[in-house]
Amino acid sequence: MSILAYNGGAVVAMKGKDCVAIATDKRYGIQAQTVSTNFPKVYQMGPTLYVGLPGLATDTQTVFQRLKFRMNLYELKENRMMRPKTFSAMLSNLLYERRFGPYFIEPVIAGLDPYDNQPYVCNMDLIGCPNEPEDFVVSGTCSEQLYGMCEALWEPNLSPDELFETISQALVNAADRDAISGWGATVYIVEKDKITEKHVKTRMD
Amino acid sequence: MSNINLQCLLGIQCNDFVMIAADQSTSHSIMVMKDDEEKIHKISEKLIMGVIGDQGDSTQFAEYIAKNIQLYKMRNGYELGPTAAANFTRRNLAEYLRSSTPYFVNVLMAGYDKENGPELYFMDYLASSVKVPFACHGFGGYLSLSIMDRYHKKDATEEEAYEILKMCVKEVHRRLFVSLPNFQVSVVNRDGIKVLPVINSALLK
Repeated sequence: MSILAYNGGAVVAMKGKDCVAIATDKRYGIQAQTVSTNFPKVYQMGPTLYVGLPGLATDTQTVFQRLKFRMNLYELKENRMMRPKTFSAMLSNLLYERRFGPYFIEPVIAGLDPYDNQPYVCNMDLIGCPNEPEDFVVSGTCSEQLYGMCEALWEPNLSPDELFETISQALVNAADRDAISGWGATVYIVEKDKITEKHVKTRMD
Repeated sequence: MSNINLQCLLGIQCNDFVMIAADQSTSHSIMVMKDDEEKIHKISEKLIMGVIGDQGDSTQFAEYIAKNIQLYKMRNGYELGPTAAANFTRRNLAEYLRSSTPYFVNVLMAGYDKENGPELYFMDYLASSVKVPFACHGFGGYLSLSIMDRYHKKDATEEEAYEILKMCVKEVHRRLFVSLPNFQVSVVNRDGIKVLPVINSALLK
């Protein structure tokens, strides 16, 4: 089995009208054995910027800490906030530094640009090859299921409430078809001056 | 060949204390060398660490962490709390993981924090660290986790938690194919560390 699927987990992000959403499951396991049901893989990196790091849990933690360090340095040096696109480039660079001994995570980035409020979503492979589509991005051990759900449910210009419903249904129903994802979910809806964090209950088996 | 899964670590955290148990067997291949090994290490006044894995790695790593935490205390005049200690341990384990000489150890870290009360951290040899209410390492975990799921409660007393550990050990004795006769038990509460009687078949009678 792939080391990317050693701990399990799933993250998805979607664009809406003047908003973005990112959702994560909460399981942490060692192969089939669930160890914790309180391990979200999404971190807030700025007022309207989130990153999800599903994959090998040790690298989720290491990459988050190194990312936070680099971002703090950037913001202290530049004395301004980091744009989501810049953040993607930074993460991509961090991952490619380990080209021949990679961190086993496949990141998802979601945020609103702090300067022009444009929604932004992006995902990457484990060595930092970015992908910036117009609709949604998925990652984790049930990415196939997530693609299916997102393809079926997503449509352009969703309002924040509709986006919450769409992303929650997509994640919950995809994770329920995966034995090593799920056990609760956290959904963040990011709007211009408002962040909504919601905890979604899912099947616990 | 490694025997990391043949050893067993159990841990329970409640409102007023955190208790961990570790088997005391040392084996080489198919031979049992020792059944009174100390696998629970005292790190500081209110912090203990259960370590299983390769025998040399376990002792070396536990001492390295313990001494460095002591050094931190001498330099700064205050102690590292359980969260900080777990982070420090994780960081070290993670850095060694990607070196030519990784430590092959699984860890449970238990401590009492002045503000947050008792805390239990689960850490595997890949250095992913999670805060949990109860946890197990090794094949014994397959049998013990369901017992803990059933009987763990936040407001249990130390006597009740000790009983839960006894049930786990009983199951390990009955259903596990390896012989782990003795389990040492330590508890950390607001007064410090206390060593409880070894759980063995004589005590379980």
